[in-house]
Amino acid sequence: MPFKSIKSLEERPDFFSPGHGLCPGCGAAQIARIVTKVAGKDTIIVTPTGCLEVSTTTYPATSWKVPYLHVAFENAAAAASGIKVAYDALIRKKKISKDANLVVLGGDGGTADIGLQSLSGALERGERITYICYDNEAYMNTGIQRSGATPYGAWTTTSPAGQKTLKKDLMGMAMAHRVKYAATASIAYVRDAANKVEKAISLGGPSFIHWIQPCTVGWRYDPKLTVKISKLAVKTGLWPLYEYYEGVTKLTVEVPKRLPVSEYLKLQGRFRQIMNKPEELAKIQSYADGLAGKFGLGPVAQ
Amino acid sequence: MKKELPYWDEMEQGFVTRTLTEMINKTGTWRTFKPVIDHSRCTKCRWCIIYCPEPCIHMEASNSDEKVIIDYDFCKGCGICAEECPVKVIDMVEE
Amino acid sequence: MKTVEPILLSGNLAEAYAIKQLDVDVVAAYPITPQTTIIEKISEYVADGELDANFMLVESEHSAISSCLSAASAGARVFTSTSSQGLLLMHEILFITSALRLPVVMAVANRSVSAPINIWCDHGDIMPQRDVGWIQLFAESAQEAYDKLIQAYRIAEDPEVRLPVMVNTDGIILSHTYEPVFLLEDSEVASFVPWKLYPLRLDPENPLTMGAFGYPEYYFETRYQSAKALEDSINTISEVDEKFGEISGRKYGTVSPFRCEDADVILISMGSISETIRATVRKLREKGEKVGMISLKLFRPFPFKEMISLVQDVKAVGVVDRAFSPGAAVGPVFNDITSALYLSKMSVPCVNFFAGLGGRDVRMAEVEDMFEKLKEVANTGVVKEHRYYVGLRG
Ligand SMILES: Cc1ncc(C[n+]2csc(CCOP(=O)(O)OP(=O)(O)O)c2C)c(N)n1
Ligand code: SF4
Ligand code: SF4
Ligand SMILES: [Mg+2]
Repeated sequence: MPFKSIKSLEERPDFFSPGHGLCPGCGAAQIARIVTKVAGKDTIIVTPTGCLEVSTTTYPATSWKVPYLHVAFENAAAAASGIKVAYDALIRKKKISKDANLVVLGGDGGTADIGLQSLSGALERGERITYICYDNEAYMNTGIQRSGATPYGAWTTTSPAGQKTLKKDLMGMAMAHRVKYAATASIAYVRDAANKVEKAISLGGPSFIHWIQPCTVGWRYDPKLTVKISKLAVKTGLWPLYEYYEGVTKLTVEVPKRLPVSEYLKLQGRFRQIMNKPEELAKIQSYADGLAGKFGLGPVAQ
Repeated sequence: MKKELPYWDEMEQGFVTRTLTEMINKTGTWRTFKPVIDHSRCTKCRWCIIYCPEPCIHMEASNSDEKVIIDYDFCKGCGICAEECPVKVIDMVEE
Repeated sequence: MKTVEPILLSGNLAEAYAIKQLDVDVVAAYPITPQTTIIEKISEYVADGELDANFMLVESEHSAISSCLSAASAGARVFTSTSSQGLLLMHEILFITSALRLPVVMAVANRSVSAPINIWCDHGDIMPQRDVGWIQLFAESAQEAYDKLIQAYRIAEDPEVRLPVMVNTDGIILSHTYEPVFLLEDSEVASFVPWKLYPLRLDPENPLTMGAFGYPEYYFETRYQSAKALEDSINTISEVDEKFGEISGRKYGTVSPFRCEDADVILISMGSISETIRATVRKLREKGEKVGMISLKLFRPFPFKEMISLVQDVKAVGVVDRAFSPGAAVGPVFNDITSALYLSKMSVPCVNFFAGLGGRDVRMAEVEDMFEKLKEVANTGVVKEHRYYVGLRG
């Protein structure tokens, strides 16, 4: 059942406890909270090592009201698969009776870089898991180092002069595995996101959701702007919201008039050094134009 | 002397935990600005509830009415609720 | 008592047969010589419906052990097996498995590590896993591999233990050599290791968090807890061996001495090399020489007390290491034996023999030579050389 209103989403019980140690305004917390709300009680969460994991499971407390497992940095997909496969076997053998949804919440590093092999294995095997990558575009937990998902031009502690390559196309990789379902998400379009999570889970998987996650510290912005920035990523065409199902890719949020990428970049300290470099801005704009062409977004509003 | 931390054999095997953060970590102490809702103008649209990252805003229903409540034990003062409130009825007030 | 005739099986096939009888729910594994025939056979059992398990064909050993860990965390009985590079790739996750107290069972067909790449037996793969917190059993024959694997599940799942267990068999030498193996009836295995839902599991009806972050004020205590569990597990390991003896007529002990009663010199070893040493002892005893040997059946937890009681009155001890510990003064097994001696205030002269690396044969003549060296130490009371590299050219 799609979420027709914000109220219908709000009324779902919460399975993410306050008192966690994520930064004020953290986008990962918003994602974890919405995902657990949608996934519901009969869900098991797996996360690789990263900000979300360390900040929500500081012993002796946990923010997860559903069963939760963290094993290591590079194996969340394998870990989630193991649980799902075990559940399947135990149910078939009548050793237990009730099934559970398996949802991974992985950082971009744990997904696009060190965990890519394990993810590829799980997707290729057709494991019935939902893998959600919360993409804050760097290794935040270890202090903002670049990852394969860091966008062109962004400052990180290991790309002090600005990232020189474009971010990896994670969605392209997921779709190349012929997953059951794949989608992009942004918290600024929370009903769209919630519906995608519900669809991903109900289709059984393997499904993959790539969710942009502004990070106040790493992206250097005022914490109150997390949703604004998530919205601008979509409005500028840098983060088209679409889904892939049965081989067809479909835009879920139309952007008839795009904003220039500078509207998004200028709010973030990580792009400060390129804001007065027109040739750098042009590169990012042309990257956005490329995405717009590919996914059918409108022209940049003058 | 009061023993504050558990002995090794008092901890559950496998470093398993079941205690919720909301029971022991009152993150409200992090806050420098405090969101204050003008309930008379609140439309109860719930956007603030949905976007709070903690989450620490909820709808409290009494028999006749419902009311948006912020749990200041946990509010870190990020300001997202105030920013996203469509009718701008949340003020961030310095503590 | 047993009505069944022995069947000709390799170590690997004997282990696969045990898994078929053990009501395993999930197997996750990746091919590597010399372990591969275990998982090939298990695949057949699954395909033929002889084993009701889900076999995960993962993309690496790292994922194999990760999936086994997590399947165990869901309450399933799991199995994986590997060798050499595969075991090294698992290394990181092995620590986590024991710390989370999950009863994963793994068969290791011991093989050398690269470089150079070499597919034959030594203990180079297992020695870097000494400190991962797993119970580590060693088998000397296909029969023992079969028996130990059955014992392994009962040990791992014991409520007093709750630790992962590795069963080590020497690659190629044991994994691929056929010998007569006595098998238990399926029903005997089932009642020796009854399937139970593991209590520490991920279940939405009773949510818990596994794999939390530990600040310094908790880390020490939790690591101590699992280390202590490993040390204490020796009681259960011995008990299970005893009980297994009752149903099968076969038991092995944590250390297996041969002709040690009145021995002046003793050679200690692990794995298949022990067979050669035992044969040599038999031969030398016929000539009237007072030699003995101990085969170490349990490497972790190290059977300190059992070992010490056997070398009380010995004049010289030799320890065979089938792996290097580069940069250390001695080999890994020697290290443990001499620690045991030191802690019990015994000063028996000890000599370390490095032998059988990368599948190099160790012949009886070489074992005799080791005993010669030990006898010289026993006679003179002086250790001239504390390390020998058996068969090394140059
Ligand atoms: C094998 C391994 N290598 C490196 C690390 C150190 N490490 C922990 S978390 C992390 C970065 C996590 O980045 P990401 O996956 O993007 O998650 P984020 O912290 O940004 O949420 C790194 C490098 C580790 N834990 N394990
Ligand atoms: S200021 Fe931030 S933490 Fe506090 S109630 Fe508002 S959204 Fe939640
Ligand atoms: S967002 Fe504003 S109007 Fe809507 S419920 Fe919250 S305080 Fe009330
Ligand atoms: Mg990241």
